[in-house]
Amino acid sequence: MAVAAAPQEASLEEQRRWEGDLEELRGLVSERAVSGDTMLLNMGPHHPSTHGVLRLLLELDGEQIVTCLPDIGFLHTGIEKSIEDKSYEKAVPLTDRMDYLSPMSNNMAYAAAVEKLLDLDVPERAQIIRVTCLELARCASHLVWLGTHAIDMGAMSVLLYAFRERERILGMFEMLSGQRMMSSYIRPGGLWRDVPSDFLPTLKQFLNDFPYKVDDYEALLTKNPIWKDRSQGVGVVEPDVALAYGMTGPALRGSGVNWDLRKAQPYSGYETYDFNVPLGEHGDVYDRYLIRIHEFRESMKILQQAVARLERTPGPTRSENRKYCPPLRSELGQSMEAVIHHFKLWTYGYDAPDDEIYSAIESPRGEIGCYIHGTGANKPRRVHFKTPSFMHISALPVISQGYLLADMVAIIGSVDIVLGDCDR
Amino acid sequence: MEIPAARDPVQMARDAFGEGILHVKHFRGETTIVVAAERLPEALGFFRASPGLVYNMLSDVSAVDYYPDDYGAAYDGNQSDYRPERYGVCYHILSMLYNRRLRIKAFADEADPRLPTGTTVFPAANWLEREIADMMGIAFEEHPDPRRLLMPEDWHGHPHRRDYPLGKETVAFSFNVEDIHAHKPFAKD
Repeated sequence: MAVAAAPQEASLEEQRRWEGDLEELRGLVSERAVSGDTMLLNMGPHHPSTHGVLRLLLELDGEQIVTCLPDIGFLHTGIEKSIEDKSYEKAVPLTDRMDYLSPMSNNMAYAAAVEKLLDLDVPERAQIIRVTCLELARCASHLVWLGTHAIDMGAMSVLLYAFRERERILGMFEMLSGQRMMSSYIRPGGLWRDVPSDFLPTLKQFLNDFPYKVDDYEALLTKNPIWKDRSQGVGVVEPDVALAYGMTGPALRGSGVNWDLRKAQPYSGYETYDFNVPLGEHGDVYDRYLIRIHEFRESMKILQQAVARLERTPGPTRSENRKYCPPLRSELGQSMEAVIHHFKLWTYGYDAPDDEIYSAIESPRGEIGCYIHGTGANKPRRVHFKTPSFMHISALPVISQGYLLADMVAIIGSVDIVLGDCDR
Repeated sequence: MEIPAARDPVQMARDAFGEGILHVKHFRGETTIVVAAERLPEALGFFRASPGLVYNMLSDVSAVDYYPDDYGAAYDGNQSDYRPERYGVCYHILSMLYNRRLRIKAFADEADPRLPTGTTVFPAANWLEREIADMMGIAFEEHPDPRRLLMPEDWHGHPHRRDYPLGKETVAFSFNVEDIHAHKPFAKD
């Protein structure tokens, strides 16, 4: 459905092609577009404010959006299909590449699903480190969102401040896993390894500084009249609309629906941490902004508690079940069984039941669900990821209806989409 | 306002649909209810609206392909998973009020896989079903927008099917050579 502008003085062939394209869109755009009363305009796939490669076909009445047809798939990499050809452990690096702004959350979604399928235990220390990683990932992801969202709306400097702090978080991820972004640190049954000795001091230093940095962001934006003008009353989502279109995460909570999987269906021990779930009132772009800012502070609270627990909780960081989790390197020189398990796990993997499960976690963007259907052997029959960006882009036509073209940029930014997450 | 007590979805579904409920499965604390394909939208509407159930949100729609040999007549009845046809489509619905999930599953046959759409009940199903129609080749009847979603519109085949090769070319055997040649772009003389 490639649609160019209606040719003014077109040859007969061009005219026919234009009419053929329109025929495909009949029923999707209004009749006024067919008669030429409204304008069809392409936004993307290389528009800087579409956060990747999203293409929107907008139908405009003057500057007002009548409908919008999102076109996705430019970043489709067949991750779900590739996982079908890998043993369960080896699929973890693929999950990093879905939502590339918070790979830890994807690792966690996949690991939690495999653990549920296998009925596998995770040691307490591993759970605490997982929570630490997930909350750091939430901050890192929100920082990219804050910087790009502000730049979309014309505030250039916030990006530089936000990325300065994000670098520190990525530095900590590099300490943990050797990789800044594609960490593959959280694995079925636990973690790759324990945290290195210089991790905790770095994290504490970060926790000391970061609240003041959040104050700085707020000083730049929260009471800024231009920011308020651009975001208040724009992109309003009613709670029932948000639920009907499957929106989750800050985009749902911005509409005042109190639903956070960390509270409602806790995983990895979130029920033992003390934190609040910020809620919005109006469901507009500004409320979604405020919620993410508050989530920085709540994440800090969780991280403070996690640091205290890490210091007093020694122990293994992966399950002792050697049928599913590889033995430590130190065991390999002493135990024949360890060598056998090591060899078996890294060549064949492990069998999972021929049955299906669905498990979901709360990522920075919303609910990441993972559906796994095993085969009874070492490779899954089907792995499907339900990703928040996918649902949010499918809801864009409803959210953006009736707003101005310039507001579209604010709305896309406020639901926080990542196209790698959407297309998988 | 008083919230009505939570009720057992399996029992309520059996009462309401009788023969329409083909199978019920419990695994790892999850409940799967297999409904007859033609009653799928009706069942989704029932679970969404009935007091005591109120599954108000569609979390996910995912499809599974039971190719090559363990479905239909070859299905081993001892397995916990029920698979009378080749394709299974799972609607994962979530009740925020009672904080629980449920999987509604329907099967589509191999020759002409099609199911009625759930979009009428859950608008969120629109893209999720489009993805399945695109990647798994299951047609959703009366879907408001049945175009391809992730693959290009001139793509042949449905990549998530189990008989679709992964990055390699299909090996032509006598049983599938005609099917392959029908789609393969040969150099025209």
